[in-house]
Amino acid sequence: MAGLIDLANPTRFMRLSAVLLPWLTGVAGVLLSVGFYLAWFVAPADYQQGETIRIMFVHVPAAWLAMMFYTMMTLSALGTLVWRHPLADVAQKAAAPIGAAFALICLLTGAFWGKPMWGTYWVWDARLTSMLVLLLIYLGIMALWRTLDEPSQAGRAVAILTLVGFVNVPIIKFSVDWWNTLHQPASVLRLDGPTIHPSMLWPLLILAVGFTLMALTLHLVAMRAEIMRRRVRTLTILEAERLDRLAAGSAPA
Amino acid sequence: MSGLGPHAGFILASYAAVAVVLGGLVASVLLDHRAQKRALAELEQRGAGRRAERESP
Repeated sequence: MAGLIDLANPTRFMRLSAVLLPWLTGVAGVLLSVGFYLAWFVAPADYQQGETIRIMFVHVPAAWLAMMFYTMMTLSALGTLVWRHPLADVAQKAAAPIGAAFALICLLTGAFWGKPMWGTYWVWDARLTSMLVLLLIYLGIMALWRTLDEPSQAGRAVAILTLVGFVNVPIIKFSVDWWNTLHQPASVLRLDGPTIHPSMLWPLLILAVGFTLMALTLHLVAMRAEIMRRRVRTLTILEAERLDRLAAGSAPA
Repeated sequence: MSGLGPHAGFILASYAAVAVVLGGLVASVLLDHRAQKRALAELEQRGAGRRAERESP
């Protein structure tokens, strides 16, 4: 663990991420292009849902990523609280807007699919409500980051809120099994294997990996920006202190 | 449009929502990165980085 923590210092991270970013961007771009081509021009219309199945190709990866980013934030929160690692709260802060964006996409595309299929944009069932709660938690975390000026203090407060909020992630996943919901049960991540035809499953999986790599790319860029923001803050404070000392030294006694 | 069947509007609205939300996210991340890079470069140019390293124990 100590070796892993040493490896993840900000200077090494900046060097490694600069090398990784062009590759991640390229692979994400290729996978998203292939995935969208298959989803739009190869995958057939569903026998029940018709062409609205095209919405599933963006809705499902968005739902997975909204939960995955929150899980990543929870692990980072442990890194902040247990090891006080400087990169942990940087990772956590950079992940929140990305997770929130995917939660919003999940809710919007779900509503646009729900209207023609269920006859309503929204229903207060357990799956939809718990996903809305996830979006609200993301927004709360983003707001909390802005309320405290000192990044390490804000990081600890956010880490506690993040850990508490994690209870919602298994609720989202298992809500369709625990309660009688309008939302259908899982059809890909099941113990007895996916129930989707391969002609639709492959585009979905390729898009899911493509969106994941895209989100990770954005996460790395956002982390780099956050590291630079902290460096700018430190240098600005040091400069202000130096100018104060100079002013005090030249002031008449 | 006709190839998307009677619910084309909902399908296109979904993809438009994805484009707007992801486009906004990508733009905000890249603009923030650029702004921080500029701010840091300005400080370094004024010698703040070198002075901070000299003064740190």
